[in-house]
Amino acid sequence: MHLTLEFGGGLDLLCQSVKIHEVDVPLMSETGKMKMRDLLAWVRTNLIKERPEMFMKGDSVRPGVLVLVNDCDWELSGGLDMELEEKDAVVFISTLHGG
Amino acid sequence: MEEREGNSAAKQAGLRLCCYCSQRKPALKRPKTREQICRECFYDVFEEEIHKVIMDNHLFRPGERIAIGASGGKDSTVLAYVLSELNRRHKYGLDLFLLSIDEGITGYRDDSLETVKRNEIQYGLPLKVVSYKDLYGWTMDEIVKVIGLKNNCTFCGVFRRQALDRGATLLKVDKLATGHNADDMAETVLLNILRGDIARLSRCTYIVTGEDGPIPRCKPFKYTYEKEIVIYPFILEFYYILYVSV
Repeated sequence: MHLTLEFGGGLDLLCQSVKIHEVDVPLMSETGKMKMRDLLAWVRTNLIKERPEMFMKGDSVRPGVLVLVNDCDWELSGGLDMELEEKDAVVFISTLHGG
Repeated sequence: MEEREGNSAAKQAGLRLCCYCSQRKPALKRPKTREQICRECFYDVFEEEIHKVIMDNHLFRPGERIAIGASGGKDSTVLAYVLSELNRRHKYGLDLFLLSIDEGITGYRDDSLETVKRNEIQYGLPLKVVSYKDLYGWTMDEIVKVIGLKNNCTFCGVFRRQALDRGATLLKVDKLATGHNADDMAETVLLNILRGDIARLSRCTYIVTGEDGPIPRCKPFKYTYEKEIVIYPFILEFYYILYVSV
């Protein structure tokens, strides 16, 4: 599944300072659908090159990280169980920084 | 059966609309209230709540000169934008300035100062940069070379506080506004409880401090959630420099 991932709020530092990633994520489940939890696992393995604990805690993103899918809060669409679609744009923004 | 289905479909439709306008699709769940809200209502509500805090707490008077402590980070950049917007929209009659402190930390302050310089142009607010070098004859880099990395935060904290006061005096302002938000307030309360600092605990959440000193300071974002401060520019699509505290 082709997705556009963006890392903001300093999270790009964990991905070799690249803010926007165009990725093709292999579908793991037999249903041919991808849930957000699957994408997070894939990102942790393939994109996060250092300090994974700054991005994730357990199955989900670390508290303080906002997730927007097509400019909408993922909490409105089921969070971890939200289903992603081809060409979705996902943004991860960390709020854990100075002001 | 049909009635129940009809009701649940209506409920479904209702859940999918903004809680404020009931017209547009929600874009986020407000961290402050957990309400589903669309973009337009979010920035209206965000701005108007701050306006209410300013009014209810009598933070400013017409004709006052106000310096906004601007570090180039998320809170101060959003504060500069929102204050200049509200000043214009509600005719506060304020003279706003940006006040930035250059500690002389290479690779850290340079980028954020660039952001503040951009803000100066974007918002049309005069900028004053006050540097440790000018005030004290030392940059933080030089201090660290002499004392190492252990106690440098103490020096920096003391210098910064004074630098803000001195910068505000140079600008001849009546007040200083900083971007401290609700999360900062909560952290300060917890810190003071853990330290057992009763004296500080009683004062630490005041929205205005230092009224008996030369330059009073206020915190218009006292009730604003940090997450909403991060979302707001994203919704409006403007950017700021960020420093991750990793």
